Amino acid sequence: MKIIAVTSEGPKLTDMVDPRFGRAGGFVVVNVDTNETSYVDNGNSQTMAQGAGIQAAENVARAGAQVVLSGFVGPKAFQALAAAGIAVVQNVENMTVAEAVGKYKRGEFTVADGPNAQAGGNKG
Amino acid sequence: MIYAIASGKGGTGKTTVTASLAAVWDRPLTAVDLDVEEPNLHLFLNPTTEAETPALMETPVLDTERCTLCGQCAAFCQFKALSVMGKTLLVFQEMCHGCGGCLALCPEGALSPGGRELGRIVSGHFQAAGGAQAGFFMGRLRVGEAMSPPLMRQVKALLPKTADADILIDSPPGVSCPAVNAVMDADCIVLVTEPTPFGLHDLKLAVEAFRPLGKPLGVVVNRAGIGDEKVQQFCREQNLGVWAELPYSRAVAEAYARGEVAARVVPEMRTATLALMARMRDAAAASNSGEVHHA
Amino acid sequence: MREIVVISGKGGTGKTSVTAAFAHLASLQAGAMLCDLDVDAPDLHLLLAPDRAETHEFRSGYEAVIDPALCTNCGLCAGLCRFGAVRPGPRAASVDSMRCEGCKVCVEFCPAKAIGFTEKHCGQWHASATRFGPMVHAQLFPGEENSGRLVALLKKEARERAKSLGLPLMLCDGAPGIGCPVISSLSGAGLAVIVTEPTPSGRHDLERVAELCRHFRIPVMVIVNKYDLNTQNSADIARFCTEAGYPIAGLLPHDDIVVQAMLQAKCVTELPPSPFSEALRGAWELICSHTDAAPSPFTTINKA
Repeated sequence: MKIIAVTSEGPKLTDMVDPRFGRAGGFVVVNVDTNETSYVDNGNSQTMAQGAGIQAAENVARAGAQVVLSGFVGPKAFQALAAAGIAVVQNVENMTVAEAVGKYKRGEFTVADGPNAQAGGNKG
Repeated sequence: MIYAIASGKGGTGKTTVTASLAAVWDRPLTAVDLDVEEPNLHLFLNPTTEAETPALMETPVLDTERCTLCGQCAAFCQFKALSVMGKTLLVFQEMCHGCGGCLALCPEGALSPGGRELGRIVSGHFQAAGGAQAGFFMGRLRVGEAMSPPLMRQVKALLPKTADADILIDSPPGVSCPAVNAVMDADCIVLVTEPTPFGLHDLKLAVEAFRPLGKPLGVVVNRAGIGDEKVQQFCREQNLGVWAELPYSRAVAEAYARGEVAARVVPEMRTATLALMARMRDAAAASNSGEVHHA
Repeated sequence: MREIVVISGKGGTGKTSVTAAFAHLASLQAGAMLCDLDVDAPDLHLLLAPDRAETHEFRSGYEAVIDPALCTNCGLCAGLCRFGAVRPGPRAASVDSMRCEGCKVCVEFCPAKAIGFTEKHCGQWHASATRFGPMVHAQLFPGEENSGRLVALLKKEARERAKSLGLPLMLCDGAPGIGCPVISSLSGAGLAVIVTEPTPSGRHDLERVAELCRHFRIPVMVIVNKYDLNTQNSADIARFCTEAGYPIAGLLPHDDIVVQAMLQAKCVTELPPSPFSEALRGAWELICSHTDAAPSPFTTINKA
């Protein structure tokens, strides 16, 4: 059973992938075996002065995800996800959540071994 | 007496004025540069350094043997410096504000105080008026460290508390937390501005920010003559004393560009600085004796 | 979308005057989203006359507030507070809002549960139209904490608006220093333009803010303002920049036209041509043709 979380601009599979991790609007959580989806709002991270990436990592972990698909993940968020044993796929952008899930299922993504964004990189 | 030289707008001449005051001050003196993000006072006073020490913020260090992952510290921390992820308590040192809450809360005693370097504190002395030795302190924030107030607090804690020595504080620009931290403990605040629309706008912000502190407040109009008279008009309307008008001169600008203290090399600046010093002392003394003296 | 932030390290080198002129020049090309990120002491609006079509309240951070009715004056909070924010009183303690860090220690440990934790209303931000294009700007209430959060919010708004308007460029007037607001200004930027001056302070502060840019992998170009105040220092700065890999976009002469323009609420490029305005136009051309390649193994966040 694989549960993946995709950073998203909205709750639907047809919404675009949000390239930010920490300040993403939310996560579409997908069970890739059953195709059940749910949405986790990430608003509590967006409003933080600092630590949004860490909060987002906590939100993703609490949702039971084992893999995160996102655009850019900073070093603290990456460290937090790694500590929880959550694999990170980065550089996912300019596609819908559904397209990202499809690519993941076809094995077209590789898991990252390090963060690809600067610290405090996406406060916007 | 503690005098803070501040401004709303950057680049109006705080450091120039502080350096000139330090050069003519004829009482025991300590000069402090609290603009820890971009300290410049030392470039003009050329102090002899006696000590340079790292300033540390007390951050939590985890003893994993004692930690039960109860998560109380992480739930409490307002700054996301602690996070329970998987089977680990992660500590993000750089996020910590040094409040000590987690250290006090942990039921297992698993957190103890460690340190993150905020920057460096330099102490020394420089040659003041009449050959006297004056004290000097400055903070220099580590590049990448986001907050200046923690370092500023540590520098302030080192300042002499004797009643007989005066302290001149070169403050950071602006009116938010760094500037407020620099002026809040002063006995008298000097606001340096320039007679331009930007200078006036930012002076208004500074007055709004610092007037509620209830300290004697005076204005220095630096580079007088380059713009208009609206700053002086504002001061009259607000009953704010203009304690000095320092006329713009190419000679002063070039001396500054050479790293020279204006009051030492340009006679008119020396005279104006001595007059400013007198006004500052009058204001601080009057306030001390119970009157609120703003003129 | 390209994001350019104009910073300086040292205050008063001419960031705002330069940014305003760039906004003018950009408006003659494909246009730009304008942003005043100096939320502490903003001045760009004095030249661009934004219409403040939208005003929003900004709330951020928390502060402790002691209820005198519940306080037993035990003094525990004052002993615990590391920021000197608790003021003892004859009947109850009180919190100095200016010093309160929002850490919640006193709230947590108060035996009488007498301390509330309330959100701070610390400023206002606006979305406006100007003669050069749309602008977002803000004002922190004087004395408030400048954590960079308001800066981040402005950038987010600017990006979203620029995207929906199809603007290819975001041009930001930054704050002085190297602290939270500047770090926040630089996040996601494609290019930092540092405006400096040929003085010991200018040079010292240039080096520190350039190091900050390097720390965050942001490419840098440098403008030396008032270069003729000390041509030797200007040459030294140019040499330093070349060695460090920071292209010099321009050398601007010390000219009272900058203040003249300010008094007329205009930017220098709107006045009749002068050596200053011509040098500034030259700098803008160089900036436009610069490709913002990140000097590091990290992928740039910013995509065109």
